[in-house]
Amino acid sequence: MTGLLVIPPLTALILLALWRRPRLQAAVSLAGMLALLGAAAHLLQAVAPGGILVWAVGGWPAPLGIVLVADRLAAALVTVSTLVGVACVLAARSPHDDPARHPAWHPLVHLLMWGVCGAFCTGDLFNLFVWFEVMLMASFTLIALGGGRERLEGAVKYVAMNLVSSVLFLCGCGILYGVCGTLNMADLARIISAAGTPPAVQAAGGCLLAAFLLKSAAFPLFAWLPASYHTAAPATAALFSALLTKVGIYAVLRLTVTIMPLSGTLLQPILLWVALATMAVGVLGAATQMELKRILSFHIVSQVGYMLLSIAIGGATALAAAVFYLIHHILVKSNLFLIVGLAAAHGGAEDVRRLGGLRRFPLLYAGFLISAASLAGIPPFSGFFAKLATVRAAAEAGQWVAVAVALAVGFLTLYSMVKIHREAFAKEAPTTTVPLAGSSWATAAVLVLATGTVLIGLGAGPLWRWSLAVGSELAARTPYIDAVLGAAP
Amino acid sequence: MSVLLAVLTGLLVAAGTWLVLKRRLLHLVLGIGLLGHAANLLVFAAGGLSESPAFAPGGTPLPGAADPLPQALVLTAIVIGFGATAFLLALAWRAFRTLGDDDLPGWSGSEPPLENDHSEPRP
Repeated sequence: MTGLLVIPPLTALILLALWRRPRLQAAVSLAGMLALLGAAAHLLQAVAPGGILVWAVGGWPAPLGIVLVADRLAAALVTVSTLVGVACVLAARSPHDDPARHPAWHPLVHLLMWGVCGAFCTGDLFNLFVWFEVMLMASFTLIALGGGRERLEGAVKYVAMNLVSSVLFLCGCGILYGVCGTLNMADLARIISAAGTPPAVQAAGGCLLAAFLLKSAAFPLFAWLPASYHTAAPATAALFSALLTKVGIYAVLRLTVTIMPLSGTLLQPILLWVALATMAVGVLGAATQMELKRILSFHIVSQVGYMLLSIAIGGATALAAAVFYLIHHILVKSNLFLIVGLAAAHGGAEDVRRLGGLRRFPLLYAGFLISAASLAGIPPFSGFFAKLATVRAAAEAGQWVAVAVALAVGFLTLYSMVKIHREAFAKEAPTTTVPLAGSSWATAAVLVLATGTVLIGLGAGPLWRWSLAVGSELAARTPYIDAVLGAAP
Repeated sequence: MSVLLAVLTGLLVAAGTWLVLKRRLLHLVLGIGLLGHAANLLVFAAGGLSESPAFAPGGTPLPGAADPLPQALVLTAIVIGFGATAFLLALAWRAFRTLGDDDLPGWSGSEPPLENDHSEPRP
């Protein structure tokens, strides 16, 4: 776990020193990201049999000092995130990604990864706030990098909404500390399950839930995402789409499963309806859009709804579905953003009506077909199994409205993907364009992520059994609490 | 003391919310600043006024001593909030210079247009 939190800032410092050496900077950045992937894979291997690693950072035992905790969920998410990081750093070497040419891009990406790794691994609520801020400060600068009218406009909206969410997060932390006298997640879970959820705890839970839902772009506070993500550079947008909302969902999961189980409180039906509205509004928004990155931005919103739905239903099967969905979604979504970045660069336009004929790039076309089919949930790709698990969990819980919405949203997702396929890839190009030279790095990144998607689809059986084990461990709660509170310093 | 802090927090939240909902960019920045101060006061008031310091000898309350942890939390939050506000100000200034306008509802270039019409695609 040390490597995860030491490699990114060190790499960022070295990259800052290489400010005037762009080629060397890109090479060192890739090396740093690969080292981070190695550290993450090592952590995943260490916890894969079912252990929970706890590290009391300052030497104080669990409820007093800040602890870092890596269970299978955190380790898997860190590994998939760093894999996306590697792909984005690779893709940024292609010449069409203009803001990624800026000397600040690579250091900021590593700082962002630092915040993401810290947020996944921390066992303390206030420490989670600090990691969120590390991640957000890096993302604020990344999204504004390069300037320009649209980008600055999107950046102001993105920054303002996320700062409001940070304020809510802080309020929730303060109230929870006032009631429980601790901010250690396991200790909070122990106290709350012993004493029940008094109104003050529910109020704090409401503040925190609102903050996390805002960060995951859930209905009704999702409008900042489609207003800002499409202005970012391709590699930046791919990184954001994979990581930022997913850290928000991870925080929702930790809050509503580990810290304070929702069943029986007012917050559970609220979360369920928020999830359904998020799915429906996201996919309907995407159906009206004609620009590549805007279509995909709205699909992030709708996919976030699927994951929230599983979390709201609760129980081992539904949580397993959420875990499976998270892993699948991180890979597929970032890959689609990389693909449309390349497609727009090849075709010279963002609007699908002005694109066409992209079939003649077979590797890009294959990557798109795999990712789009997976996002829409066509078997045998990973998205089919993720959606199947979600729908089955909803059916087992007797939530038939949720089943109907999930199926309808899946169908409309297919409509959007067919729209991109027909307009950008299948039809003849309306104008002759010059294909982009030197895009092989970005294509390689697309293929890396597409391979990951195919592997998830082929290995769906073992991965689902693994997700079930993780889901039951999350639903049981005691393994996490015992591992943290019983750990020696 | 708690009542005073509670009223002050409420006023700050009200003023911050009002400013955030206004049209001007500078109002947005000031509003987020006020909301941040309100959150800091809330953390302080919710956990910091009891006479139960974290490391009291034998667990007995010390008269006149407060729990130092919320103060440490607030200190961290102030530093983070300062950095975030500074960045937001710089960004707002740059956006104002580039867009030539600080009227937020007038900014519509980054909003997804409702395009079920069959108008000509944008260049």
